[in-house]
Amino acid sequence: MSTNEPLAISESQQMNLDTEPEGRWKGAFREMLAGGPGVAIGALILAFLVGSIMIAFTNAAVREAASYFFARPQDFFSALGSAMGGAYSSLIRGSIFNWEAPTFQRMISPLLLTLHNSGPLICAGLGVAVTFKAGLFNIGGRGQMLMAAVFAGWLAFGLPNLPVGIHLIVCILGGILGGALWGALAGFLNAKTGAHEVIATIMLNYVALYLLQYLLATPGLMQNPGSSNPITPATPMSAQLPRLFGRQFPLNAGFLIALLAVAFCWWLLNRSSLGFAFKAVGENKRAAKVAGINTDRMTITVFAISGALLALAGAMQVLGTVTTGFTDGIDGGIGFDGITVALLGGSQPVGVLFAGLLFGAFKAGGSMMQAGQMIPIEIVSVIQSLIVLFIAAPPLVRAIFHLPQPSQVAAAKKAAAKAAKAEAKAAAKKEVSA
Amino acid sequence: MSTVTVDPSTVLPDEGPIEHRIVEKRSVKTATILAVATALLALLLVASPRQGKTNFQITLGNEFFSIGEGGVVAVPAVPFAWICVAIMAVLTVVAFVLSYRYSKFPGWASAVFGLLAVAAFLSWAGAGAQGRLNVVGLIGNAILVAIPLVFGALGGVIGERAGVVNIAIEAQLLMAAFTGAVVGSLTANAWVGLLAAILAGAGVAAILGVFAINYRVEQVIVGVVLNVLIIGVTTFLFSAWLQTDMQRLNSTLEHRFPDIAIPLLSRIPIIGPALFNRPVIVYIMYVAVAAVWFALYRTRWGLRTRAVGEHPKAADTVGIKVNATRWLAVLIAGAIVGIGGASYTLVSNPSFNREMTAGFGYIALAAVIFGNWDPIRASLAGLLFGFAINLQSVLSVIGSPVPSQFMLMLPYVVTLLAVAGLVGKSRAPAADGVAYTVEGH
Amino acid sequence: MRLELQGITKRFGTFVANDSIDLVVEPGQIHCLLGENGAGKSTLMNCLYGLYQAEEGEILLDGVPQHFAGPGDAMAAGIGMVHQHFMLVPVFTVAENVMLGNEATKGIALDTKAARERVNEIAGNFNFHVDPDAVIEDLPVGVQQRVEIIKALARDAEILIFDEPTAVLTPQETDELMGIMDQLRKEGKAIVFITHKLREVREVADKITVIRRGKVVGEASPTSTDSELAEMMVGRAVQLTVDKGEPHYTSNALEVKDLVVTSADGQVLVDNISFTVRGGEIMTIAGVDGNGQTELANALLGLEPGVTGSITLNGKELLGKTPRQMLDEGIGFIPADRNEDGLVGAFTVAENLMLNRATGAPFVKGGVLQIPFRNEFAREKIEEFDVRTEGIDQPVNALSGGNAQKVIIAREMSKDLNLFVASQPTRGVDVGSIEFIHKRVVEARDSGIPVVVVSTELDEAVGLADQLMVMYRGGIVGIVPADTPRDVLGMMMAGIPPEQAAIAPVPVTEEGAQA
Repeated sequence: MSTNEPLAISESQQMNLDTEPEGRWKGAFREMLAGGPGVAIGALILAFLVGSIMIAFTNAAVREAASYFFARPQDFFSALGSAMGGAYSSLIRGSIFNWEAPTFQRMISPLLLTLHNSGPLICAGLGVAVTFKAGLFNIGGRGQMLMAAVFAGWLAFGLPNLPVGIHLIVCILGGILGGALWGALAGFLNAKTGAHEVIATIMLNYVALYLLQYLLATPGLMQNPGSSNPITPATPMSAQLPRLFGRQFPLNAGFLIALLAVAFCWWLLNRSSLGFAFKAVGENKRAAKVAGINTDRMTITVFAISGALLALAGAMQVLGTVTTGFTDGIDGGIGFDGITVALLGGSQPVGVLFAGLLFGAFKAGGSMMQAGQMIPIEIVSVIQSLIVLFIAAPPLVRAIFHLPQPSQVAAAKKAAAKAAKAEAKAAAKKEVSA
Repeated sequence: MSTVTVDPSTVLPDEGPIEHRIVEKRSVKTATILAVATALLALLLVASPRQGKTNFQITLGNEFFSIGEGGVVAVPAVPFAWICVAIMAVLTVVAFVLSYRYSKFPGWASAVFGLLAVAAFLSWAGAGAQGRLNVVGLIGNAILVAIPLVFGALGGVIGERAGVVNIAIEAQLLMAAFTGAVVGSLTANAWVGLLAAILAGAGVAAILGVFAINYRVEQVIVGVVLNVLIIGVTTFLFSAWLQTDMQRLNSTLEHRFPDIAIPLLSRIPIIGPALFNRPVIVYIMYVAVAAVWFALYRTRWGLRTRAVGEHPKAADTVGIKVNATRWLAVLIAGAIVGIGGASYTLVSNPSFNREMTAGFGYIALAAVIFGNWDPIRASLAGLLFGFAINLQSVLSVIGSPVPSQFMLMLPYVVTLLAVAGLVGKSRAPAADGVAYTVEGH
Repeated sequence: MRLELQGITKRFGTFVANDSIDLVVEPGQIHCLLGENGAGKSTLMNCLYGLYQAEEGEILLDGVPQHFAGPGDAMAAGIGMVHQHFMLVPVFTVAENVMLGNEATKGIALDTKAARERVNEIAGNFNFHVDPDAVIEDLPVGVQQRVEIIKALARDAEILIFDEPTAVLTPQETDELMGIMDQLRKEGKAIVFITHKLREVREVADKITVIRRGKVVGEASPTSTDSELAEMMVGRAVQLTVDKGEPHYTSNALEVKDLVVTSADGQVLVDNISFTVRGGEIMTIAGVDGNGQTELANALLGLEPGVTGSITLNGKELLGKTPRQMLDEGIGFIPADRNEDGLVGAFTVAENLMLNRATGAPFVKGGVLQIPFRNEFAREKIEEFDVRTEGIDQPVNALSGGNAQKVIIAREMSKDLNLFVASQPTRGVDVGSIEFIHKRVVEARDSGIPVVVVSTELDEAVGLADQLMVMYRGGIVGIVPADTPRDVLGMMMAGIPPEQAAIAPVPVTEEGAQA
């Protein structure tokens, strides 16, 4: 047997064919972002279509007209038209511009309400997005917001003598601390015990909820003195976020904080070494480990930062939105909305900003729909989740609207095509080197 | 070309794994947990001693024989609790000794330990109370509470065994509860309501299937978004539709499944009334646990389902249609979860209410993990969680010294500890959550 | 059954993986498909097996055209495949794997008894024993491969495809496999044997077809020489040996003493081993995959928990340090699995070049990435290390295996090194890159630092070695000079110490070994 065998060339692992490591959530986003504007618009149309059907179905006039549809179909369509018209005009009047309002101030007030609503949504979306970037999933927004509310609220009522300004800052920082700790706890459980973060964060939501309920129901803790209802005292003026355009508009400094948070997250993810490590862990945990990154510590850090961002949302609720004393519903579902905001924003800080604005507008318009048209505000969460679902599946939207598919079986071929490209390149190079 | 012959005498020993030397490790995890639990209970008894007796209601009167006076056994609360703690301490020592000898603390002993801990705690909590601690109700209601958890866990197990993570158990339960209420009310027939709930569960599963299997959207994301969607849909329809005519659309009070006593079995003390005098869905649950186990481990369907969850490509190369197999599993799972959802409005409550599943879908998911993706163990985990949830309502009846919020928190803390403490021992199906793509077509 | 492929063309996008390939395999014949990495051999077989759909061409069995929509169809037509990455469900038993997709049932229940009997029957025909109730993941790869063969035979395959079957086997296991293939040939099966190992080709092939860049470049006879075959395969003359001079030892040294690596479940993966590598010397670690080499290499970077013993580099104790601290000690590390452990696929070439240096200067200052510096660095390195890429911003998962590996080499060699550890440095890498990488490894050694190379390819281990260590089941079988005879090394890889291996009878008859 000779020893000058040709050097072995194993065909395993060669061209990243099917072993390409990909972050857990990364693929999902790539798919979502690959859709392009056509898919985004298509998803919006589909979501609103389903929403419209639900509105029509529950509209008394429409249902009545439908009962004699074949006798007088025009009645049905006119009822349908007025139901839709009413719904969507109040959606727009409630969120962007109210042309029916008597004064110009009142006309633009919806837009400011939209901005106001979007502040916490943007922060919550950023919080979830940061974990997505690190290959993790934080469904614990609710718990982190509640803990932030506990900390911020306790500092707000408990230290009423702090000077204006300082008090607010102390409350915000305290809230951030509360949320960050609660988030870090989830990260700790995931990193050190291996508990799945999705389960851990969900369970911590409930723990935080009942903890808050206990604090609210126990005199001497956070319950409003003299009240037997589970509600806190009002937030003192010195701890409230200043309003930007006077008392008549709800928009407060929280929105500016949200913009700062967007900038911070952009910097964190694109320019900082910490963000580099986050993304490395998210894209390929094993490679990150080999590169000397302490992945356990990163998991805890990511969750702490995520919790801090969600805590900002929670603090904004206590210090800006609900200043007359809060209950266990202070989170207002924003912790969960943050997930859809992050998904819609493709986990990019700037994307989250726009997704937050959109959802803030939905929220503002939804309230108007509820008040004016008796359409339950839940229609908004239905439409929001449908948008996210459809955007997540570009081929489906393309198929429905007969948009051109990138190729026959678009996504299925991607992997193969990529491998082929690599293979082709390898072959070409070999030729070069030959 | 010459022939190659293998001389059997020189065939090298290669049967068995690449054998590395094994060093046995002492695992003190279980023993430590037992020690902490024992110490905490003892601390509770020392720090907050209570007076009087605790009345345990053991039998209700319909059993073969009665235990205690009128079915009630009164025990001196704190001494009884101390006895329990003492036995727990002995068990803890045994656990340490076993771990020192590299042996495993048996599961049944852990169960005994748990029972003792519960008995000690109840005895302490019920001390001096006027009311009686109804042991039958404690177990029986735990079963009722556990129905959605067990069905949810079974559905979760089937889905994940096939490689599809089902975070949307919550959505399936809620949609089924809603549909069961509406159809049950409209038709005035619980069975039709149940059928509709099953279809509703499968319907939500179908949405999951479309996005997770056909469009390969990240499964956890689909699940979470589906939960938000279904909460929105049901709440919207509840407010905008059901509330316009609750009597006709959302009232199952008259049409719910009644309790059915199984002859003889229902007269066994304690477990008879608790387990065998229940609505039919409970019996369906008993059968379902066994049936799912058999189907997964003993049938062709089960073998193929598990294969696509473990190694879809291997399944593909032997001609199994991976995505079709997953689709079937997801639909069956959804239907099973649907039965659990129906229990909300056709067994436990007289009407549908907004978000009435209150996160039970997530607890069912935790039971799947806690139960190591095994139908029987996941169901037992569901029962355990059901018991923890039910404990709160029992204690509030007798006036417990523990704030109710902490009792409400208990199941979630138990889940958290369970998920955190069990990792390393549990192992998910290898291809769980990974969409399957056929290349080159 | 006679297999005929006519004009098979398979495209991925614009890339032609198989370009009008013709192939005829007769029953009772072993037909070797020889070709370099990425030449398109596996793609061709996947078309044949119904995993891929060819755009053009036809598959004929005994002259009858076939249309396979999936592997199920191919199997039904009598084609069986022993996959390179075994298509076995690891948590299933042997019997379950064999019956999967082809299950016998009794009523609604599975008939596992029938499946067990089938396994025993087929195994008996080949004089080997496989426990039908053993769980796959507990079996060594050699036995797993037999299960793959049984699986194909249980479905009455007449045409068997072996895709790189020897990559994971010891030389002895390889010889046994050759024996099995020979028996199958005698039974009249048509066998397609895909490989890139020339010795095996010459040993068993009746016919050799060489494929290069998706095309059949010719047929070769089993009597061709190595260099003839290699040249056909690569398309140019290939240097088959590593070019290196005499070692010049320095006073530096890596000393490993009593090193034990224990897994979480108590398996001793590295069992009490001690060795010394001097500066200016390459120690290669040979052995069949899974005998503790990877864990040993990982331990040298602090990646393994549960390590005891001592690792000293130039007198300094390193055991217990984190990977970060190890990297800061000047350890260059090439992991065995490039895609899983070495690179972040979605990151750009530039980002990957700084992957393990993102903690401080010069790449990071005050927590801020120094992007202009990084880009400048990356441009320099792709030049210096000949990384063929469209640019520094190209994601590495778009690079070929060889170029991706060069990115890692560039990263690891662009710093002050005190120790260089490379696991499987040329796995899945084209020939041009292999020569380049070997040159760089030798350069590292000539710079005077200790170098450790883990390779399961015996040729590479021998070619690079100044000293050669063979590991088996976590322990050292022996540390021997590089010129130790191959058959002794082969025996050592099966756990027989060198002093015994040198005198023990070769397990395969001389005639076969000399073929």
